[in-house]
Order: sequence, then structure tokens, then C-alpha cells
Amino acid sequence: MNTQHHPEHPLDSFLAVYSDSLKRLALNDSGFVFDPMSGQSFTVNPCGLELLKLMQKQADVTLIEQQILQEFAVSADVLERNFLEFSEQLRRYLK
Amino acid sequence: MTHTLKTWQKPSITPHQLGTLNKFGRPVGGDYVEKIDGVAVDDLLRDYGSPLFVLSEKRLRDNIRQLKRAFESRYQPVIHAWSYKTNYLNAVCATLHQEGSWAEVVSAFEYEKARALGVPASRILFNGPHKKRAILERCVKEGARIHIDNLDELYLLDAIARELDIFTSVTIRLNFETGYTEAWSRFGFNLESGAAFDAAIRIGNSSHLKLRGLHSHVGTFILDTRAYQVEVEKLCDFMELIEQQAHALIDSLDIGGGFASQNAVQGLYLPTEQVVPTMSQYADAICSTLITKTAQREAQGKPRLTLILESGRAVVDDAEVLISSVVGSKRLPDGRASYIMDAGVNLLFTAFWYNHKVKPTRSLQGIAEETVLYGPLCMNIDIVRQSISLPPLSVGDSLVISPVGAYNNTQWLQFIEYRPAIVMVHENGEVSVIRRAENLADINSFESLPDHLNGQFNFSE
Repeated sequence: MNTQHHPEHPLDSFLAVYSDSLKRLALNDSGFVFDPMSGQSFTVNPCGLELLKLMQKQADVTLIEQQILQEFAVSADVLERNFLEFSEQLRRYLK
Repeated sequence: MTHTLKTWQKPSITPHQLGTLNKFGRPVGGDYVEKIDGVAVDDLLRDYGSPLFVLSEKRLRDNIRQLKRAFESRYQPVIHAWSYKTNYLNAVCATLHQEGSWAEVVSAFEYEKARALGVPASRILFNGPHKKRAILERCVKEGARIHIDNLDELYLLDAIARELDIFTSVTIRLNFETGYTEAWSRFGFNLESGAAFDAAIRIGNSSHLKLRGLHSHVGTFILDTRAYQVEVEKLCDFMELIEQQAHALIDSLDIGGGFASQNAVQGLYLPTEQVVPTMSQYADAICSTLITKTAQREAQGKPRLTLILESGRAVVDDAEVLISSVVGSKRLPDGRASYIMDAGVNLLFTAFWYNHKVKPTRSLQGIAEETVLYGPLCMNIDIVRQSISLPPLSVGDSLVISPVGAYNNTQWLQFIEYRPAIVMVHENGEVSVIRRAENLADINSFESLPDHLNGQFNFSE
């Protein structure tokens, strides 16, 4: 019997794995990001910052997306596509 | 109460890196190209589709006028012969012929194209290493100036002139070391080995060929004007020698082309504005040397030499741009952003050796990051820019790639994709299609399918 868990959203597994790494990031409102584990600093654009802040608060992708859709002029498809690519960048930098 | 939604930007995060800036570093992006000669890029894409080549008639005319002014203010007479291979679109050639440029052709095809456009044979210089008997016969009958490349061509041309009993003025092409450029020894007769002198003597002994011109072409994208000084000196010294010993009376020196454009050759680290000589600097080097070297000749009462220029790239390159649109994006495993464009090396052959300027057509928000621009071909080599700093792009965003006027519309490939339309923006702001986009019927019109191969395909269920 196949007991493997299939995430409902492609980003579920990302948030499950990287939740702690995301929470440790120091963010400021002008887009400066500091990772105390690696010592690496980053610049994030305003929408990336919004996503980082939301991901630090919760690990439910659907809720994060709903919040963005309420605040920003973006379609669900484009948001999901952009969110996926953003997570690919984060995967690389938060190793 | 209405809730105003905030503007969405593609989210992006960029790591800070130390040690990557240097004194040559310049911010890329920020500026954008919304219009071309006053015509909105969005309108052009709506009316003619993407990708799209756009030529500026005004820039083309300005460029050739600037070149002529630079030379004619220092020396006269000067003839500019338009290098057809650089861009032989009829609209480009016709514009330059209206400005007084002759045609410089290097094949039977280009000769026929110039003649079909209405250029008199007497205003055509026929260059290049490949000239078959039929086209040579036509040139002799019509009176084009043939630039002889090798001994076989010389003997063939001599035979044709005798058979037709037409006295034919000719030019010989020479190659030699300048010390500043790589010698192009495959074209013309070598000076140092004595081959050029032998050819001049052979023509001097001909009953029907008259040696009237000397030509050389010392390279391409030449950034050191001293190469041209040496070229003119060597041509003048050789002229003096053969006028004394080979019964020749030279009427023209053709110094070829090779002037650089404002395009960044890969591996060139300084900005092009700093390394590419101005047209005045090229003209100064060439004309001052020519005046000095021919002063004594003129004092002897010999006719003043006509200076012939075959500059192609410097005239047309920045008069044309390519507009291309983003069709997909991909984050590469090494973290770089990458985009798939609808134009690649199939249309932009010069991407193999230039780092073209790439500008968005609207103000892009977001932080610029290292980006790769790929073309649409299912081929690994299809890269428009290997590394460029750009803010995040979305599908449908368009980019203006420049300068692309030299060699792309002649070396482009019908490979995998159709070739798109080319439009020209005229000085009054009107736009003309000067080459329509290709379609399947165009491509299939060259082919014929044998009857037994027509249909009856045997696909399994």
C-alpha cells in the first residue's frame, strides 16, 4: 500500500522543510535581509518581502496566497507561478 | 469603501556580493526605449508582431552624411561604396544610393541585386574571391569595376576582355602586414611576397586590361587608426612602384572598410564609447597620410586619386534594432534568472561575437540581477546574452536589442522559426514594411515532393 504523502500545493513541501530557516531571517522594511546562520545578506524587492513576512508567520500556502490576492493586483495563476520561482531562489540561498 | 489593490511585482531576492564591482562597472538598466524615431514600440508590435526588426531611415542617412562630411572636409574626391553583404535589403541600399553611395558587391547575386535596383554598372565595384565567367562577361560588357582577387581570375578576365574586344579598367586587391591588424592573406595578392607586383606587371602586359585601382581591406572592427595610416602608406608606395614599372596609371585607392561601430565585441572590457574611434579620427588618420604621400605625385601633374571607402558596419549597425518579447522564464540551478525570448541566434547572428545592448520598453520595477537571455531555438547555442543585469521580467515584456543593422539581415537563418518582418520608420514618422514576415508557403515554394512520397504515410495505430 502506498503511504507516501502527496502535498496538495507544490509549495507545501517547501514551507515544511524551510520553515525554520525562514523564521531565522532578519528582515527590515527597506528590503534588507540577513541570514544569521550563513552571514549572508540579501536585498529583496517589496513583494518578496511581503511573502517572506507572511511565510515567517505561517506555513499554510493557501492562506499566504489568499492574503496576497486580497492586497495585490495579481491573478492566482501568476502569483503561484511567481511564488514557485521565488521559492526556488530561497531554496538555493537558504541551504 | 473601495479597497485599492497594490501593484504586484514579481518577487525576487538578490544576494549581496563583495568584490564584483570594479572601476569599469556601470549600472545597467534604468533607462528604457519606449519609442523608435517617435513611433511607440507597443504600436509597432501590435501592427507587425514580435519579433520585429526596425530600421531608422533618419539614422541611416545621418550616418552616411556624417561619414562623408568627415572625409570630404579633409580630402576630395571621396566615393563611398555600400558594402551589400553588410545589409542588402533593397530599402537600405536604395537609401544609401540616394545619398550618393556606389554599390560594392561580392557575388553574382549581389551584382544582380544592385543592377535590378537600378544601379548603373559603372557605379558598381565587384569584389570578392568568387566570380564565374558568366558574371565576369556581364561586368565587362556593362562596365563595372572588377577588383581582381587571384591569378586565375586575372587570366580569365584578360581572356574575356580580349574575346569581347573591350578595354577594361581593373583594380587589384592587395594584402599585407600593417603591424596593427591580422593580415587577411586569403584575399588578393600578397605585397611582401612579390605576388602583387607580378600581377601588376601581368596586367601591364595585357592588351585589354588597364590597371587603374588598388584596393586592400586590412581587417574588421579596427580600433587602432594607425592600421589605416600604414595601409595608405603601403598602397601609395606600391602605386609609385608600379606606375614606374608596370605601365599603370592609378586613378583610385580603395581602403576597404573595417571601421568599428558602437557595438561591444565580446572580450572588450572598456565601454565602446571609450575605445571606438570617431569617424573624424578615422578620417584624420587616412586623409592626412594620403595627402602627405601623394603630394609629390600631384606636383608631377598626375591626376588626383579618388579615395574609395567601403564602410558597412559603421553606417548601418546602429540604424536598426530588433524588438523581441519574453515567452518564458526559468530560474537556473546556479541561481541566475533566465528568460526565453522569441528571437535568438537564428535572427541575431552577431550575438555570437557581440554583447548587444538590451533595453526594456517600459520602466521595470525591481532589483536588477544577473540574467541569461535565451533564444527560441531548441539548440544549446541559442544565447542572446550570456550575462546581463536586468530587473525581473514577465511573459509579454519586450526588449529592444541594438545595434543589429550589420550582417544580421544577410546572415540570418531560416532555421526552426520563420523570419519576421522588417519595417522602416521614415523621416516623416510613417512606417513601411520593407520585408514581410515569412510563412510556410514561402519555405515550401523551394521544395517539390516526388509523387511516390506524397501521402500514404504508414503510422501505426
